[in-house]
Amino acid sequence: MARIRPRLAVWKFASCDGCQLSLLDCEDELLEIAGEVEIAHFLEATSASVEGPYDLSLVEGSVTTAHDAARIQEVRKQSRFLITIGACATAGGIQALRNFADVREYAAIVYARPDYIQTLATSTAISDHVKVDFELRGCPISTRQLVETISAFLAGRKPQTPPHSVCVECKIAGNLCVMVGHGTPCLGPVTHAGCGALCPSYNRGCYGCYGPMETPNTPSLSVWLSKLGMDEDALRRVYRTFNANADAFREESERHDR
Amino acid sequence: MIVKTIKVDQLARVEGEGALKVVARDGVVQSAELSIFEPPRFFEAFLRDRMYSEAPDITARICGICPVAYQMSAIHAMENALGVVVDGPLRDLRRLLYCGEWIESHTLHVYMLHAPDFLGYAGAIEMARDHADIVRRGLDLKKAGNAIIALLGGREIHPINVRVGGFYRAPRRRELQPLAEELKRARDGALATVRWTAGFDFPDVERDYEFVALRGDGEYPLNQGRIVSSRGLDIAAAEYDEHFEESHVEHSTALHAHLKARGAYLTGPLARYALNAASLSPIAREAAREAGLGSVCANPFRSIIVRAVEVLNACDEALRIIDQYEEPDRPAVDLEPRAGVGFAATEAPRGMLYHRYQLHADGKIADARIVPPTSQNQPSIEEDLKIFATAWLDLPDDALRHRCEQTIRNHDPCISCATHFLRLDVDRGG
Repeated sequence: MARIRPRLAVWKFASCDGCQLSLLDCEDELLEIAGEVEIAHFLEATSASVEGPYDLSLVEGSVTTAHDAARIQEVRKQSRFLITIGACATAGGIQALRNFADVREYAAIVYARPDYIQTLATSTAISDHVKVDFELRGCPISTRQLVETISAFLAGRKPQTPPHSVCVECKIAGNLCVMVGHGTPCLGPVTHAGCGALCPSYNRGCYGCYGPMETPNTPSLSVWLSKLGMDEDALRRVYRTFNANADAFREESERHDR
Repeated sequence: MIVKTIKVDQLARVEGEGALKVVARDGVVQSAELSIFEPPRFFEAFLRDRMYSEAPDITARICGICPVAYQMSAIHAMENALGVVVDGPLRDLRRLLYCGEWIESHTLHVYMLHAPDFLGYAGAIEMARDHADIVRRGLDLKKAGNAIIALLGGREIHPINVRVGGFYRAPRRRELQPLAEELKRARDGALATVRWTAGFDFPDVERDYEFVALRGDGEYPLNQGRIVSSRGLDIAAAEYDEHFEESHVEHSTALHAHLKARGAYLTGPLARYALNAASLSPIAREAAREAGLGSVCANPFRSIIVRAVEVLNACDEALRIIDQYEEPDRPAVDLEPRAGVGFAATEAPRGMLYHRYQLHADGKIADARIVPPTSQNQPSIEEDLKIFATAWLDLPDDALRHRCEQTIRNHDPCISCATHFLRLDVDRGG
């Protein structure tokens, strides 16, 4: 008798598609995953779609339209487990920069007919709208963490995604500290782990694409960054990128608003 | 009067969210709309007042499928504004990185998005049940492309090692050697892919496109070249705005680009091939000949073969670069901010990607303009639908709808780039 496999759905909101692409980037694991779960709804990969309910929903993207604000409620109702994948779904993404500006001005800059454009004034995380069972960080997420998260779900356990800072990952990798070693500004001390200290491994300062770690000391880091020559404007911009609307980064960027 | 409407509310196997609506009256297609309803994200607005150095990482987030294309167009446009030319090994490394993205993105489209249309599957995972070895070959090929991006860029999606002026860290020669082994296998897989796709059944159709692509100096175009067309256009990227314009239509959050003089045009694999076939590597040229492509391919359904040829060419080019690579003295050249305007067009896997930036004296962005390939191709995609669907109106709805969806997928539209993607809506009035 055929085994009943858990049903997986992948949903897209405002995003670049990169995090759902991470699933297709698991070249070595994809067919195995497809054997363990029934891929019931994944428009980017297949035109076959099975009606809900779903056991596991992976949600990419942020909420930026009234239609999407209603749609996420439906997705939640259809999903036993809902996991957000990436910075857009978890913190609002780069498009949350509108939250600090006037979206009507933004529309007028990009579109000849801003009246054709229907959009909300803000870009918000999925957890601002519905209960989220687990959040996977990163812009984009790591394929390793994605496979771990799906495996953990199948085994009925909590995913192992360490909450410490990127600094710890640098120590594990044996990297020279880019701030201490060559005075390069780095968000590693306040940024959630998961990338494996990628930027410092390439002689670059971390730019915070995994968002804030738990209880980050951003005011202290800002003092160090200003000693390295960053002015108020640069400090505001450095926190205001792909996780601009995550609480800790938003509050710190606002402290440096002119 | 018999009115027939065919609709697809959510297009599958495309990147982003879109829909399709075709309306026919008395057996003639009156209108064909590719609606892009992906919500706008306003990149050109929030790029203002960011530093020139931030543009590569920010614009990468327009598209998770082709972030390297955005990074490349951004760095070239910024270097143009700052009056800097990056050459030698750094230029080669950029070409190598771009080859990685072409291999990864094209293979994704060939195996996972497009081939299932020809073989009658809903997607690659379904296809793998009957053709496991073929899907495995596609995944291995895609992985080879990703391996280049991961090594050179740090990770496959939104690489972190690209900067205006060069890289943060240049690879050592010995780091690239293991890639060469993987790429030799990938080149065999790419050749097998050309032969596999050449055997598909294609509708016997042709279109009279104006092809637009970059033309490199004796090399197949990636990062640089003049913008040329099959009807005599030959301009520098800085002249793009004089010859092309964008309009905003109500059914789409993407802007539509046109040639001011002649209207719709096509960019992407068919255009690059038609304008640059002589610059393919010998192995890719021979594979194209064997696949029966001729010097121009004007059947958009056969674009899958051209993509496979371009993957083969990219594997070969990547191997050439790795073989000849000499480590640069420094990973990046020095830059001084200054006021100015910079232009660049590069070849994203799915077509030409144009960036223009105006900078303040302190290096902050005063104005940004980005024209992605899908905005440029959208008018031609709609013309394809209008012309082809007329011949297919007698097909049953499901078959007609499928053909229309396939017509769109032929061009590998990226709706996240063009803003967002697709519903099919066929109105035949019956």
